[in-house]
Amino acid sequence: MSIVKLVNVTKRFGGITALRGISLSIEDGEYVCILGPTGAGKTTLLRIIAGLVEPDEGEIYIEGRRVNGVPPERRNAVYMFQNFALFPHMTVWENVSFGPMVKEWSSEKIENVTSETLEMVRLGERRDAYPSELSGGMQQRVALARGIAAGARILLLDEPFGALDARLRVNLRTQLRSLVKDQGLTAIHVTHDQEEALMVADRIVILREGRIEQTGLPQDIYNHPKSIFVMSFVGGANFLDGVVSRVTGSGSTIEIRGGLRIRVSDTSNGAGERVVVGVRREDVSLGKSRKRGFNNLVGEVLDVMFVGGSIEYVVRLENDMTMLSRILLGEGSMAFKEGDMVIVSFHPSECHVFQYPERGLLKEIEAI
Amino acid sequence: MPEVKLVNVTKRYGRIIANDHINLTIKDKEYISVIGPSGCGKTTLIKCIAGIIEPDEGEIYIGGRLVNNVPIEDRGIGYVFQNIALFPHMTVWGNITYGPRVRGFPPEETEAIAREMIEMIKVTARVDAYPDELSGGTQQKTAVARALMTRSRLLLLDEPLGALDLKVRAALRYELRRIVKDLGLTALHVTHDQEEAMSISDRVVVMRRGRIIESGRPIELYMRPKKLFTANFVGEANFLVGEVKLITGEGSIIDLGDGMKILSRDRSREMGERVVVAFRPEFASLGRTCENALAGKMTSIIYSGDLVRLHVELPNGDVIVVKRSLRLYEPIPRAGDEVTVSVPPENILVYPYPERGLHRELSLE
Ligand SMILES: Nc1ncnc2c1ncn2[C@@H]1O[C@H](COP(=O)(O)OP(=O)(O)O)[C@@H](O)[C@H]1O
Ligand SMILES: Nc1ncnc2c1ncn2[C@@H]1O[C@H](COP(=O)(O)OP(=O)(O)O)[C@@H](O)[C@H]1O
Ligand SMILES: [Mg+2]
Ligand SMILES: [Mg+2]
Repeated sequence: MSIVKLVNVTKRFGGITALRGISLSIEDGEYVCILGPTGAGKTTLLRIIAGLVEPDEGEIYIEGRRVNGVPPERRNAVYMFQNFALFPHMTVWENVSFGPMVKEWSSEKIENVTSETLEMVRLGERRDAYPSELSGGMQQRVALARGIAAGARILLLDEPFGALDARLRVNLRTQLRSLVKDQGLTAIHVTHDQEEALMVADRIVILREGRIEQTGLPQDIYNHPKSIFVMSFVGGANFLDGVVSRVTGSGSTIEIRGGLRIRVSDTSNGAGERVVVGVRREDVSLGKSRKRGFNNLVGEVLDVMFVGGSIEYVVRLENDMTMLSRILLGEGSMAFKEGDMVIVSFHPSECHVFQYPERGLLKEIEAI
Repeated sequence: MPEVKLVNVTKRYGRIIANDHINLTIKDKEYISVIGPSGCGKTTLIKCIAGIIEPDEGEIYIGGRLVNNVPIEDRGIGYVFQNIALFPHMTVWGNITYGPRVRGFPPEETEAIAREMIEMIKVTARVDAYPDELSGGTQQKTAVARALMTRSRLLLLDEPLGALDLKVRAALRYELRRIVKDLGLTALHVTHDQEEAMSISDRVVVMRRGRIIESGRPIELYMRPKKLFTANFVGEANFLVGEVKLITGEGSIIDLGDGMKILSRDRSREMGERVVVAFRPEFASLGRTCENALAGKMTSIIYSGDLVRLHVELPNGDVIVVKRSLRLYEPIPRAGDEVTVSVPPENILVYPYPERGLHRELSLE
């Protein structure tokens, strides 16, 4: 049974439609990441589940019960985790035992639940500290413990690590996932960090301009992006626009700027159609010689950049377009330098072909 | 000629030493990033250089001139503050020309420079738009243009991209570097994002608890971090504790216990010394591909796009991470499988065992 279900949910704020006909089912025990750019409607979606915002249209079910109109404090299973939502004048212990106290449980039960949850987030030793004496990461763990102690089964996490150091975030996200899984909780985690989503989610929902653009297993989203937007947002890629010049049984040829030709395995577009070819940076290799069966283009290395464990080469092709090639360190990655002439190779089966977007290519891939 | 030189700069807040004897020279036209855990003193450092706060001790030179006690407006700097946004009631144009206007500069000149800066930073929005009509990225670019209006050659940036989406940040960081290089500026960029620092800087400075613990070119810091803390802070790393067993012409052999040994080219430690061995997960490969082969058991697999991280438990219970590119099309073992992990001796880093213990030495909080 799905623990959270949205049917055709729409929400408008004046002239802005923040969510347009969203339907989504989340299973008990699932860890779902909602991924999308700023303004996509991610926060609004969580607030609707929490009951902080009422939708204009559509239904919301939690644990099988329709909850439209039910105020947040009566959606017991749901806990909207907010950064630094701790009571500053209360100790860690008092913060975490707050929910159980309000419920007037026996003091023994309050004691047990509170210590168990504090142990779970590994803060048992800091029970007497005040929030201001803790680091940002610890404060977040206290806030989580508070929700869990109060009996939450569904955690709504709105960019829970947004304000933290990048390195710390990497540690905390795996801890958070383990916690959710160990306790059999359900998590709906909003993020704009695609790597975070790829690493922790059972399933990813990509939101764009209030609509669900794609949902799927992380590796499926990465390997089979349905649109240019998804390919660009999750993982990033080189995008070459061109026209299909020939289609055969085994693939097609696409002519890009400057009359350069690219072979792709895809045959879904007819000759004469305007298309965009997406190639992942990590599917592009650089070498001194042509690779058999690959597309081989000549280029000049413009820049060599170092990006978190990988080397990224910026290469200018003969037609003045630039392509990026990314190679993991330890895999022969330091071979070229600025100014070197190289052969840029990528395989036809690794070319994703999309129809040319109505609103233009830039609109689909531009981040700024 | 804005070379910046800090000599023994120290700033205390009561018992907290926010900057503790900082010595740093930033060369003309150098792009430097400062990274370190939150609270380590990055903002304090940048504020000292800007003249927003005065250090308790030490000297600050900009372009050879001692600037202690010189007010901010006379230091010839452009400053993009942490979390201080544009003036909301002013347009893009109003924001950009604000500084020169209040200082009473000639309007024609101000206008000419403003046009140049807008061109430079590629603010594509209308100049009569208000901040709330702009995307976060465009607002931040406008803030950079505003800072550049002083025509200063030294740009100080405190988490300039901190409030933006990762995707936008990744795009803007290259823009920032391009602007700095095209205008021939010297830049000091404080960030909490290691990848940002590593990808755009000529040199990265690592701070911890008020001190500079090391600095170097990004690739050096990544491949040969001098400090254990840096190895952990600027990228993923595996850490194993052992003892130096033998030092030969080849390097040192470290005994990791439970029958495991590993060779490193590092020969700087002593026989019998307790050490920490570190290596990056991407330098580890599966199978016996060199003399350093560790046997273990796969415990879990985490995919992230084109990469996969394999968690391997060693006989002593330690878990190491192996990072592989899926593009290599190697078979990926399954959880429970017995595997061998190899790491070239060149990529094995060795550090003295920290006095305070490994866990505390690596702590990010
Ligand atoms: N309370 C509100 N009043 C007016 N507009 C709002 C409100 N909340 C959200 N919006 C608008 O709805 C859209 C989606 O916002 P939000 O859900 O916050 O997106 P995200 O979390 O993905 O950045 C945005 O255009 C935002 O400006
Ligand atoms: N005005 C102040 N008063 C008291 N303590 C301060 C003040 N400014 C900074 N600190 C302390 O100095 C240390 C360094 O702070 P800061 O330079 O802001 O660090 P960072 O920018 O690296 O996060 C922190 O412990 C902080 O709490
Ligand atoms: Mg939001
Ligand atoms: Mg700061």
